[in-house]
Amino acid sequence: MLFVLLRLLPGDPANALLGVGATSEQVAAARSQLGSDQPLFAQFLLFLVNLARFDFGASFVSRAPVLGEIANRLSVTLPLTLAGFVLALLLAVPLGIVAAVKADKPFGAMISVVSQLGVAVPVFWVGILLVTLFAVNLRWLPSGNFPLRGWRNWDDALTAMVLPVLTIGLVMGASVLRYVRAATLDVLNSDYIRTARALGSSLPEALRRHGLRNGAVPVVSILGIELASTFLGAVVVERVFNLPGLGSMLLLGIQQRDYPNVQGVLFVSTLMVLLVGFAADIVQRLLDPRLRESVAS
Amino acid sequence: MSALLAIEDLSVEAGGRRLISDLSLAIGPRERVGLIGESGSGKSLTALAVSGLLPRGLLPHGSIRLAGREVIGAAERELNALRGSAVAIVFQEPLTALDPLMTVGRQVAEPLARRAKRDGAPLRGSALASAVLDLLRDVALPDPARLAHAFPHQISGGQRQRVAIAMALACRPALLIADEPTTALDVTTQAEILQLLDRLASERDMALLFIGHDLAVVASAVDRVVVMRQGVAVESGPVATVLAAPSHDYTKGLLQAARHFDDAIGRRL
Amino acid sequence: MTIPADTAILSRKARSWTLVAGLALVGLHLVVALLTLVWTPFDPTELAGRRLEAPSLLHLAGTDRLGRDLLTQIMIGSRIALTVGTAAVAIGAVLGTTLGLLAAFASNWLDDALAAALDILIAFPTLLIAMLVVAASDGANLSTAILALGLGLSPIVARLARILAKRVLLMDYITAARTSGTSWPAIVRIHVLPNIWPGLSVNLALQFGLAVIAEASLSYLGLGAPPPNASWGRLLQEAQGTVFSAPIGAITPGIALVSLVIGINLLADGLRERNDPARSER
Repeated sequence: MLFVLLRLLPGDPANALLGVGATSEQVAAARSQLGSDQPLFAQFLLFLVNLARFDFGASFVSRAPVLGEIANRLSVTLPLTLAGFVLALLLAVPLGIVAAVKADKPFGAMISVVSQLGVAVPVFWVGILLVTLFAVNLRWLPSGNFPLRGWRNWDDALTAMVLPVLTIGLVMGASVLRYVRAATLDVLNSDYIRTARALGSSLPEALRRHGLRNGAVPVVSILGIELASTFLGAVVVERVFNLPGLGSMLLLGIQQRDYPNVQGVLFVSTLMVLLVGFAADIVQRLLDPRLRESVAS
Repeated sequence: MSALLAIEDLSVEAGGRRLISDLSLAIGPRERVGLIGESGSGKSLTALAVSGLLPRGLLPHGSIRLAGREVIGAAERELNALRGSAVAIVFQEPLTALDPLMTVGRQVAEPLARRAKRDGAPLRGSALASAVLDLLRDVALPDPARLAHAFPHQISGGQRQRVAIAMALACRPALLIADEPTTALDVTTQAEILQLLDRLASERDMALLFIGHDLAVVASAVDRVVVMRQGVAVESGPVATVLAAPSHDYTKGLLQAARHFDDAIGRRL
Repeated sequence: MTIPADTAILSRKARSWTLVAGLALVGLHLVVALLTLVWTPFDPTELAGRRLEAPSLLHLAGTDRLGRDLLTQIMIGSRIALTVGTAAVAIGAVLGTTLGLLAAFASNWLDDALAAALDILIAFPTLLIAMLVVAASDGANLSTAILALGLGLSPIVARLARILAKRVLLMDYITAARTSGTSWPAIVRIHVLPNIWPGLSVNLALQFGLAVIAEASLSYLGLGAPPPNASWGRLLQEAQGTVFSAPIGAITPGIALVSLVIGINLLADGLRERNDPARSER
């Protein structure tokens, strides 16, 4: 599908590579070099074979193997996304539950309004605001400066990651919070909570015993989508904080028309989307016996 | 102080609209009372009001004394202590009333353990497990050992309602409120559940507040009925009296409908 | 699971207040956008003051790194955001609805395939798809950005349109129409579109907000409309470079952007209330 998607896009990679004003001989030479003069079907076969070997070729620009570059970049993007995700969960789950339980109190309404605000704010502006506050005014943290040697300078790398992780955590947290709140409201209105309470369970106890698990089922599938799209959307945060991650590799690849790099990043991203979706599915089945049976039958 | 439940001049309001008006009702120990009315008559709201579980935005006025304690205006903590000791409720729809993600055994164990803890004799481990099986056997569920490990969606509607009843029994309540417990079930299962409730109430010396819309069903389970319409109690008295000489037109209508229904299926009231 | 309007916790009166507030915010941006067609405080390209001036009576929002008036650029930003948002949502709506209806009407395997593809595409942020479209085209300009965002939005619209349409197609009156010999195009026009429109329009309003954010992000990454189109995203990107000396420039365009998105979201909530009072009233 990725292949189709990329080939469907208008524009010839050879043209893009050489830029406007290339002679037709140059284009033809570049095409045979890229293999884009082969029939589409042959291209597709080659593409599949290379995919199976995890061989994305080499960058047009730097000539470095794409796979090695991706591995390097993943060491930034993966921890960034996962740490942001964990922070988002730590914020969103307790606050979302409180927002639902205290929905008719000022505190609950305030949480809802803040989260509503949070989803109206673009990621990069949150990043810029955090930079303004923590790097410019308070001078607590750097506004970027991820070390060139990467995690080998682990202390510098770690401090450089604080603000990006905070940015992702806040934005994703605001979005997840709304789903946690909605799921909790559903649970609060459910008959089984009413039953538990009618038999003497206090509301917090009923929520703990029955609510968490039931509320988690719909939220988990949302979390899968959120995690995947945050991973794919890391490009913006990486740009704000100048991080050498997968997203900036994609952006650079697009700006330089470096198609092997773009293709490689997209492939890894798609793989990640599928993996996360699969994981979310498994978690849901573990939580809900009804889903387990539908797969058995 | 002899009444287990004493409702006096209960009114429930929502946004200026009266859903229940000036309802008074008393139930003594081991007494069985039926509350009859069509949907929207306020009968289920009465059950929720008694247990202090009215949805947000519904405001009760008047007085509800349960086991000598005032329910209206009581703190959540006091209500928690009353629920599951003085009163327990069986709801209409057993599928949604049970937690879909928890095995039947664990759901029954929960109120059982809580009641034991309140009595100062905590139940744990195998003692708790065998108490659960005893209860499942008590509500006449087949193969309790296997059923305890089943999830609610894996058992039949009648079995689910028996589980819900077992959960209520686990509380050993002085008053059992059954809110349309047979409405979601087919006729045969309905009769079985009615018999079960009847047996359990006498065996365990429980008072019963049976709520329903079907005059015949309610009458078969209780000694005394209260007929409600649009939030007002229009008639009350011993079952025999109300059935023999209904004084209110609405009751006459209900009775007639029930007779037609009985004639149609060829059964005597 | 659906996200209930957060305003559902408010009273009915408060809810109509959100509609008014939404209309006011969006209306303000609309008026400003129209105004920029005939008048701006300064010429957008004019070096009207010193570099990075703080806000003053003359330059209410200060000046940028070249000395251009920022208020002028922020006002033009309203126009860009509304133009790109409207056009992108229109493209996304037409494309997405067509695709969604196609899937809803299609035979089982085609529907399954389309549904699976949409489920994966949904995880791809609008921004990412838009980036790829820009990458594949010959260069960043206003119409490329619009087209890219429209394409990026279409999977979301398609997925919703498919679900809504499938629900309508199960109705008895569709069977009745089919047995009476009504053609498919007529069924779509008479029965399907009017019935999915209430649900779809609320979603499209929300997509508008997302499109405005995505457009700003695209511009922020340098893939949006090039100068002199003063997109808020590009203003913020430029201001980030001078954030140590003039932090105010990194704040005001963001406030403009967020106020528009919040206005749109409030409007969408209000629309939901009007289109579907039964659901939002509980």
